Amino acid sequence: MVSAVVSAFLCTLPCYAALGGDISSVQDDQARINASLRVTQTNAYSVHELRSPTGVVVREFATSSGKIFAVTWHGPWPPDLQHLLGEHFAQFQQAVQSPNGRAAHGPLTIQQGNLVVELGGHMRDFVGRAYLSDQVPAGVRAEEIH
Amino acid sequence: MIVAARPPMLFCSVVLIGAALIASCGGGSAHNNSMPSPIAASGSNVQPIVVNSGPASNYANGVFTTLTVCVPSTSTCQDISGILVDTGSYGLRLLSSAGGGALTLSLPKQTSGSATVGECAPFVSGFTWGSVNSADIKLSGELASNVPVQVIDPTFSAVPADCKNSGVPADDTLQTLGANGILGVGPYAQDCGTACTQSGTNNPGLYYGCAGSTCQVIAESLTQQVQNPVALFPKDNNGVVIELPAVSGSLPSLSGSMVFGIGTQSNNSVGSVTVFPLNSSGEFSTTFKGKTYPAFVDSGSNALFFLDAATTGLTVCTDNSGFYCPASSTNLSATTLSSGTNANISFTVANADTLFANRGAFVFSTLGGPNAGTFDWGLPFFFGRNVYTAIESRTTPVGSGPFWAY
Repeated sequence: MVSAVVSAFLCTLPCYAALGGDISSVQDDQARINASLRVTQTNAYSVHELRSPTGVVVREFATSSGKIFAVTWHGPWPPDLQHLLGEHFAQFQQAVQSPNGRAAHGPLTIQQGNLVVELGGHMRDFVGRAYLSDQVPAGVRAEEIH
Repeated sequence: MIVAARPPMLFCSVVLIGAALIASCGGGSAHNNSMPSPIAASGSNVQPIVVNSGPASNYANGVFTTLTVCVPSTSTCQDISGILVDTGSYGLRLLSSAGGGALTLSLPKQTSGSATVGECAPFVSGFTWGSVNSADIKLSGELASNVPVQVIDPTFSAVPADCKNSGVPADDTLQTLGANGILGVGPYAQDCGTACTQSGTNNPGLYYGCAGSTCQVIAESLTQQVQNPVALFPKDNNGVVIELPAVSGSLPSLSGSMVFGIGTQSNNSVGSVTVFPLNSSGEFSTTFKGKTYPAFVDSGSNALFFLDAATTGLTVCTDNSGFYCPASSTNLSATTLSSGTNANISFTVANADTLFANRGAFVFSTLGGPNAGTFDWGLPFFFGRNVYTAIESRTTPVGSGPFWAY
């Protein structure tokens, strides 16, 4: 297990998106939200944990080849999903817009193809995760992604 | 104070559906619902509430009330019905007539220098955008004076990019909100707190100063933030008790009471409730099948939202991924944890598609849905159980808030 705290540095545009992107972009994320960074390694994946000054903790899960297959978050405010979902943001926004009939008022679960997005919590306490189900390394269970 | 008792037979008939008849109906597990909880029928601190289809005529498990808002320190007032009662948020938000809401009264707007103050208020599945205005708020015999409230208004200045980037849609129409407003009576006094009083990167960016079409994040003092009006009452200001009768199956509507104050009057005494304090994230804990999860109590969540299909064995509906659709009604139990006595909660989850096929029903005691890794004890939890919500740092006879008790 490796743990490191890396000091923030300025973001050089463009800031690449997270989910589905390369883990090298985690440093862009770190700079963009002025966060501290902590890295944890398991056999199957690495976890890059960013803690923003506003108290939001974002974890980015990367495969051994460096591809981000999941992001999770927890904190008093919602994260910038446009940034965290990257190329999948538009797909998420489309899915989230269609409450047919009697809608759920509470947490939100979106599953569209290989994209899974789960939003939960309540005002002043937001929690959630997004992952690409076909990119999750073999043997990794969904409950490990938190 | 007139207090009406729940019919005991109705209560026990509900528990018969659950798994543990003896534990729940015979008074075995802690005190939890061993006796039907009485519902306060009237009083200067008793606000009528009702679960029904709401002003958009399509809300499942929405608990609503009618309140009066006035231009501060005047008798220029408006009664507004169809206000959602929400223990999961803080402060009053009113949908403007521009968004199809009932509010037509012109309430004075809050300003910051020459700018008009706007707010992007984050909810889980949507955000509300609009100006911050001042109002006197009358609820039963209680009055909160000169309260900052949000007026949800799609015609207010353009939604800032940072607000849109949360990714969830704007709840700014009667159809998307399902209510004429939201009355946040949860366990905090403000919707943001100290974070929004700061400047720079520590500010989460809920409040904006808007001039013309441009809005910029501003620091907003605690007293200027949108407030839980209960915290501003001269008395009965330490929290609320939501009281709804037990429900067997589904109903068209259900009446109950919201009592202001905890242990401040004879009709809101704490009796033998168990207190469940909140941690710094505003959560407590619930154990299910031997594992412990974060949990919260939320009248504004319209089902019991908990865990996932793999953990619960409940199938998610194919046409609406927000709810569970088990092949048959399933009895489950969980334990809510406190520092003292725990409470065993028996509940039933039925097929949401089957429940919603009953077009005339809007009260569903067995509506459930997924919520990965978390227990959200939504409105069905309140049926047959008086639920106390104490506001942060306010004292009560059973300790200081924030806490839930039942």
